[in-house]
Amino acid sequence: MNDLATTSPLTAAAYKSSYKPIWCPGCGDYSVLSSLTKALAKIATPPEKVAVVSGIGCSSRIPAYTTCYGFHGVHGRSLAAATGLKVARPDLTVVVTGGDGDGYSIGGNHFLHACRRNVDLTYIVMDNHVYGMTKGQPSPTTEPDWDSKLSPGGTGVRSFHPLVIALASGANFVARAFAGDPNGTAELIAEAIRHPGFSFIEILSPCVTFRPDQRTWKQLVHPAPVAATDDPARAARRIMTDDGFNIGVLYAGQRTPYKTFVGTATHSPADIEAEFEL
Amino acid sequence: MNRATTRTGKTTRTPAARKPAAKKPAPSGKKPPATKRSTASELKAPRLLAEFMAQAWAMEVEASQRYADLADAMETHNNREVAGMFRTMANYESKHADDIMAAMGWSEAPPLTPRDGGWPGSEPPEVTPMQDVHYLMQPYHALEVALAAEKRAERFFAELARVASTDAVRRAAQELRAEEEEHVRLVLAWMKKVEKPDSDWAEDPDPPRYTD
Repeated sequence: MNDLATTSPLTAAAYKSSYKPIWCPGCGDYSVLSSLTKALAKIATPPEKVAVVSGIGCSSRIPAYTTCYGFHGVHGRSLAAATGLKVARPDLTVVVTGGDGDGYSIGGNHFLHACRRNVDLTYIVMDNHVYGMTKGQPSPTTEPDWDSKLSPGGTGVRSFHPLVIALASGANFVARAFAGDPNGTAELIAEAIRHPGFSFIEILSPCVTFRPDQRTWKQLVHPAPVAATDDPARAARRIMTDDGFNIGVLYAGQRTPYKTFVGTATHSPADIEAEFEL
Repeated sequence: MNRATTRTGKTTRTPAARKPAAKKPAPSGKKPPATKRSTASELKAPRLLAEFMAQAWAMEVEASQRYADLADAMETHNNREVAGMFRTMANYESKHADDIMAAMGWSEAPPLTPRDGGWPGSEPPEVTPMQDVHYLMQPYHALEVALAAEKRAERFFAELARVASTDAVRRAAQELRAEEEEHVRLVLAWMKKVEKPDSDWAEDPDPPRYTD
């Protein structure tokens, strides 16, 4: 199959804005931006029909670097904003982007309930196991023994397991990607966007400044050895027991996405207000 | 400067071109499998010349785009000398893509070639990985990554020439391999004119990691 074939006149360049990223040279987020624009070209949805919503953090700068509609919102609240947008405008393709701190800590509660609601969104988390923008504090996915000046000896706190949490909370598509494989990641993003319901992609995106040890991820990642399953129990076993470097679609469920009722109300706001008139 | 603090408190410098830190062991204790890479013997050469040249064209385009992205990143971080070099390389790769278009008489870009099995890795071999740079890298380092890319491309075309099943593709692959070999020579000659970095090239008096 011609995975990145240009079946439409839209190319990845059509989705890149004139603003240049300010990430550190070598940051994995550059590759994720490239993957996102390739994926959007692949699904051939024009930029004006796509909204990219984000929170706060290095990776959350992505909306500005695309020609799509964008919303660079409040820390941890990207999923709440995106849910509202998708429900109000189901015709739009809504992609949510952010980092591990924004998504799993500040926005952790929104993450759980976005999975549960199963609104047709694609949530891309660029996970580098650290708060990069604020100079290297441990994040929810940081290893408990990661030693740094800000966490001498490590935090000693168990790492958050986002894929398991997403699966248990009801996400309809769960995948893991690696920024160092931009073409493979583009395919996964395109597949996630096409899959109905809430799609979650965890992208291992090295932070070369605060986690230079993550350069070794390139040698550690490997394709998931088995095909995607629609059985959540089987997926849970796989995700719980893998080494954290399995790349690919790990779960593709069949839950019916949240159905919006916009425009189908039988009562107008005026009717409701009339009931409370003095 | 990039520094990694080990469990023993020792601080090590780990810029892009340096030896990376020790691998993180898998939780299971087993050695994790390496990234899947197609071996040279798994490469499949296209049967049609047009398909092969489209693949070569796609590689040059992606290589050009990556150099342009690297140039942008370096400009943002005020490393103008390296930015200029990456911009020059982007122009070279773009010209190579144009040359392929002209040689094939194409007026429009050909469709991109199949990814699976088309490249020996996850990206075309002439594309410099985004992670292979450092904000304090010097022109010599830029030439080092370019040299590595050209050598990968040369090996790629050499292998395609070996496994090609049609004369037209074999000849074209041999010609492109010879071109890449020439590029390797040019980069090596360029490197002789560029000052080699000092051992402390990654020392930053105002590092991003203020906690070090």
